Amino acid sequence: MSETLTFARAITEGLRSALESDPKVLVMGEDVGRNGGVFRITDGLQKDFGEDRVVDTPLAESGIVGTAIGMALRGYRPVCEIQFDGFVFPAYDQITTQLAKMHYRSRGRLQVPVVIRIPYGGGIGAVEHHSESPEALFAHTPGLRVVSPSTPQDAYDMIRAAVASPDPVLFFEPKGRYWSKGEVTTGPYPSAQAAGTADVLNRARVARQGSDITLVAYGPTVATALKAADTLAAEGTSAEVVDLRSISPLDVTAVADSVRRTGRCVVVHEAPTFLGSGAEVAARVSEECFYSLEAPVLRVGGFHAPYPVAKLEHEYLPSVDRVVDAVDRVLAH
Amino acid sequence: MPHTQSGEVTGEPEVVPADVTPLVQLVSPTGERVVEPDNATYRSRVDHLTSEDLRALYRDMVLTRRFDDEATALQRQGELALYAQGRGQEAAQVGSAYALAPQDYVFPSYREHGVLQTRGVDPVDRLRLYRGADHGGWDPAAHNVHLYTLVIGSHVLHATGYAMGVQRDGAVGTGDAARDAAVVTYFGDGATSQGDVSEALVFAAVNNAPVVFFLQNNQWAISEPTSRQSRAPLYQRGEGFGIPSVRVDGNDVLACYAVTAEALERARSGGGPTFVEAYTYRMGAHTTSDDPTRYRERAEEDYWGRRDPIDRVAALLRAEDGWDDAWAADLDREADALGERLRTEVRALGAPPTTTMFEHVYATEHAQVAAERAWFEEYENETSEAAR
Repeated sequence: MSETLTFARAITEGLRSALESDPKVLVMGEDVGRNGGVFRITDGLQKDFGEDRVVDTPLAESGIVGTAIGMALRGYRPVCEIQFDGFVFPAYDQITTQLAKMHYRSRGRLQVPVVIRIPYGGGIGAVEHHSESPEALFAHTPGLRVVSPSTPQDAYDMIRAAVASPDPVLFFEPKGRYWSKGEVTTGPYPSAQAAGTADVLNRARVARQGSDITLVAYGPTVATALKAADTLAAEGTSAEVVDLRSISPLDVTAVADSVRRTGRCVVVHEAPTFLGSGAEVAARVSEECFYSLEAPVLRVGGFHAPYPVAKLEHEYLPSVDRVVDAVDRVLAH
Repeated sequence: MPHTQSGEVTGEPEVVPADVTPLVQLVSPTGERVVEPDNATYRSRVDHLTSEDLRALYRDMVLTRRFDDEATALQRQGELALYAQGRGQEAAQVGSAYALAPQDYVFPSYREHGVLQTRGVDPVDRLRLYRGADHGGWDPAAHNVHLYTLVIGSHVLHATGYAMGVQRDGAVGTGDAARDAAVVTYFGDGATSQGDVSEALVFAAVNNAPVVFFLQNNQWAISEPTSRQSRAPLYQRGEGFGIPSVRVDGNDVLACYAVTAEALERARSGGGPTFVEAYTYRMGAHTTSDDPTRYRERAEEDYWGRRDPIDRVAALLRAEDGWDDAWAADLDREADALGERLRTEVRALGAPPTTTMFEHVYATEHAQVAAERAWFEEYENETSEAAR
């Protein structure tokens, strides 16, 4: 079945499909029940699946993730909602110290298939702690998968794949894209594979083909990169856009295949560039594509300053103009 | 007042220290049954225990003590990286674990050697972590005992979540003794200050989760006395969350059995969580890296030495004609054999193959782990060929 859905609704439908297909799947978090979550992602789910499967939790993030680990040890597949990016840190210890290492320290005897959904990123005029991009902090921890969809179809396919994964998955939802719309083919998992989007938790996708430069992005900045590619096309530059989908693992092969053809690379993300995931992409590109590179890899992202007040966020966030500026500098080599 | 929360010791020992009432006690430190109106319901919970049960409890306590002594010696010989002694806490651990049903599930901290003994976790497996040969060491499903957790208090949330899973499985309140299950989690006085423990109490309380919070107050969190963790008696912590709470003499194995049996019954029948404070003493150091002479008085250790939980069971057995010299001699030999086995088999635990460091990082393939492993295997092959 195919229908036009918002990004937000695609996640809702993905969760609904997961809850329908496996009685062990649970949704838990603050206000996810009658309220449907502050972004309404879980809207209607408690009514349809009951309070035992769509669980309003106490207001305690470490408690949410810590009890989700315990439920996973009992055979459940909890999908936790963290209300906003900046509120995940009370759970950081449980995520990095317990969740990430349980399978490893038990030598594979225990599995903790917990999904942690985090609305992240800026651009919606929010107050402090409501616009951050902490994905690199989790991608640096072995044992976690860290992904971020950029389209409604990927949002649907990737939440289904995340729930089905035996590994813990940090699922970063670009909240600025919640209201964007697209055609979404829904259906029982794994119909997504049949639709040709196999392995959405591991493989990047080429969002736009081009020949002069590779723009690498994920989550909210894929749209920025695509707009930049439009602008560049008008100036006669053909930009390829690679949507990583996953930050851990990183699909180095897909990025390198593109950069070997274009010889140039710019990475775009909202998180601060210093020690961000773009730094890893740049390092891998320099290792894999050294003899194909015509110019250094540049990064466009947030600055090494706390996320600013909303009235300054559009100067802080990587804009189309800043991406085009970086491309111009790369092309000048 | 023989002992206060600040660790101060004055005067002669009393049967029940003045500052720890109320306290459930069924056997006095000298081995006599304590019969009071207050403890009638708990007395009724041990009525069915025979002298054979008492000997089984005694055996697990003695073997736990021997395990502790051998492990400490192995660490001193450089055979273990570290060891956390459980000496003095055998009654709290063995008594509580003796009340468990097979389908119940345990989340220990890292000092619950007596619980593992009673649950049947292999003694050599219990030392793999401390040997530096494994981060876990046993199969949690084999005995329904989760792995040790070294970060203080984190597992108390896991236990609570597990109990919420038990609820969803419909394994609570069915009245089927073989089906209804509960979860017990062990933690210490220091852990009560962790936010995760408070969050676990909140989650357990509002969900009515079938979990028993078994706090062993052994008076010391490394060098900090309980007075640095709380100004109120710790059993009251549970009450503050609306959870039935009880303080028990942690050196009285029967009292620990009785309060845990009551708590488990409440949990399994759908009555929700219970908070137990077992008032006991860490007779050894925090770990083999710790030197308690830096922060506590010899007189205090002597006071608790006179209240050794193992001596108490021996005195009770003798008083009630449950002691048998031939049986005791057999137990000595069993303990000796345990020591010998540990000395031999723990020393033989070598390093696992180097590539195990790449195994089970993920349950499904992860490109970076796979690439690094492939590189490392090639690197090892090249360096070993070069060495030839």
